[in-house]
Amino acid sequence: MAQMPGTKHMTATPATRVLGAVALVAVLLMVLLGLVVSPADVVQGQAVRMLYLHVPSIWIAYGAFVLTSLSSALFLIRSRRRHDGGRHYDRLAGSAAEVGVVFTGITLATGMLWGRVTWGTYWQWDARLTTTVLLFVTYLGYLALRRLPADPMTRGRRTAVMALVSFVNVPIVHYSVDWWRTLHQKASLSVGRRPEITGEMYWTLLYSTLAVTIVASWLIVHRYRVIRLEELRDEEALEALIASRLKEDDVQA
Amino acid sequence: MSTVVNFHKVVAVAGGFPVLAGLDIEIAKGEIVHLRGSNGAGKTSFMRVCAGLIPISDGDANVLGFDMRDDRRSPRRHIGLLGHDNHLYKDLWVQEHVEFRAAATGAEAGDAGAALRRVGLSDRLWSVPIERLSAGQRRRVAIASMLVGRPQLWLLDEPHAALDHEGRGLLDEILVEAASSGATVVFASHERDLSKSVATRVVTLRGGRLMEDSGAA
Amino acid sequence: MLREALLIARKDLRVEWRSKVTLGHVAPLALLILVVFAFAFDANARLLELGAGGLYWVAVLFGGTLLIQRAFDVETEDGNFDAFRMSAIGAPSLFLGKSLGVFFQVVLLELVLVPGVVLLYNVRIENWVLLLAAAVGGTLAFSVCGVLWGAMAAGLRVRATLLPLLLVPVLAPVLLAGSRAFETALGVRAEAGWTWTSLMFVIAAVHTAIGLGTFGFLLEEG
Repeated sequence: MAQMPGTKHMTATPATRVLGAVALVAVLLMVLLGLVVSPADVVQGQAVRMLYLHVPSIWIAYGAFVLTSLSSALFLIRSRRRHDGGRHYDRLAGSAAEVGVVFTGITLATGMLWGRVTWGTYWQWDARLTTTVLLFVTYLGYLALRRLPADPMTRGRRTAVMALVSFVNVPIVHYSVDWWRTLHQKASLSVGRRPEITGEMYWTLLYSTLAVTIVASWLIVHRYRVIRLEELRDEEALEALIASRLKEDDVQA
Repeated sequence: MSTVVNFHKVVAVAGGFPVLAGLDIEIAKGEIVHLRGSNGAGKTSFMRVCAGLIPISDGDANVLGFDMRDDRRSPRRHIGLLGHDNHLYKDLWVQEHVEFRAAATGAEAGDAGAALRRVGLSDRLWSVPIERLSAGQRRRVAIASMLVGRPQLWLLDEPHAALDHEGRGLLDEILVEAASSGATVVFASHERDLSKSVATRVVTLRGGRLMEDSGAA
Repeated sequence: MLREALLIARKDLRVEWRSKVTLGHVAPLALLILVVFAFAFDANARLLELGAGGLYWVAVLFGGTLLIQRAFDVETEDGNFDAFRMSAIGAPSLFLGKSLGVFFQVVLLELVLVPGVVLLYNVRIENWVLLLAAAVGGTLAFSVCGVLWGAMAAGLRVRATLLPLLLVPVLAPVLLAGSRAFETALGVRAEAGWTWTSLMFVIAAVHTAIGLGTFGFLLEEG
């Protein structure tokens, strides 16, 4: 990666500085559109504005999850061919997962606040919320597994398998929970939640998704680089150890 | 005489530490090698690398004709590894455990009995749960489990520890028998008086490298 | 591969037979959980009857997680994992063998729990076939998922706390399906018990396929 002088241990590069500036502007615009320009909803009033953060967040969370799973698969394939191969996929999987968990958390938080305002309760056992909670906990488990000390390839393999198995599991969870709630549908509480999205609201939502995607990308790039720096630090320490081992024998021999 | 183990400037990393830092060694078939060295010298790591349990990060290593950089899994079925632990299923009876190990390596169940007799465990003990055995008896069961697999390369870490005088004698006999029937034996031991009785060669490791070598037989 | 898997399963069951952990420790604990639920629900007979299907599976989850923990402890203590990796037995065989072993141990557990639920919560079994099918399906799914995820946490120092965290989100659909299927079998609900049961079999099949493919990766070190 291109480095600016004097920035060996920073994760910024000219490209990401631009990306960061774009992200900042995009978010400001999103706030403007979301809070001021776009219209209030007929049924929900101002509360509908929560939509612009809630929906993009969950899309990003799912996207990050897909990215983690894809990277994990590529890592496993690469690690077969070369002893130390595919490490960059492992790093990407970890970065994407962290960003994913943050946005899943945002989804849950905004969902609960929105629910409080529109339904009167923080929680409903509807399919979406329940699946999201399970996704959140799954992510947390993945990150917990990543944090455990182990040789990088072993840890990478273990978490990669977990990501892939989880990926296959999510549709199962989604289907089960969805069917479960459909069978128990009482008064259509969820109907009152989904406002009609047309015109300005539609475009604002689309734009918000773009803005959030830019922010998420910026976060993933930087997290990836931090991981890379951590690994570099470990590698340098290891090389120093090897060098000192070789030297100690020469001195004593 | 074919070469069973061939290491050239091998560097191996485990747990973030370079356990082998440029090891060169060549072991021929039929040798009985006594590995010496203080703790941390690399004796256990060397054996684990031979067994393919630790990957190599630098250098070349060839074990039983397999290049350990490409394929460290295939040689394992021909190798017997006995570590500090005994690798025993403590809840099982002695006989059940050895029979399982026999079946797992493709041997006959009857071989279990022969192996147990060879290590001097009387059949009174065969129906005893392993957890009730003494440390020395457990070690013998561990050796029997290894014997039953008929490995081509024996890797033993402090095998004589916990054995009584009779047990050590038996183990030495078993090692000599193994070597003369075509296997190769490498054992690590702190004990000095052993090298005179059984080993054909004494190798000293330090700092993950070879320090002294009494030479091939 | 099947022969090797059976070999491992037989060994695990023999370990169980000698140590009697399932019948001696885990089953009584699970029964105790059923009793504790009664405390939690203030012995409200109607609530317990309605909730029996779900409470049963929670007890299975609790006891089963302990059994999976134990299944891997047996393989990782005394350096047994090294011995396993040195043997000629392939990773898929270990996966199948361990799953079979856990399956039979959980079945033992359930043989105690079903009478427990019937007696303590005063429910009647309306549909024996459905109950049996649901129990088998759920146990299969539980065993296969449990072994796969157990391997991910195996050998780690914090595994006792990590395994439930990893396992429960995965088993949520099984818990869901099992509870609903049992409720139908117990006559508490008139719902699609058979559909829920088939879902559990599907989950078991999917995880078996994944396990066979990925277990090798989980066993490698370094």
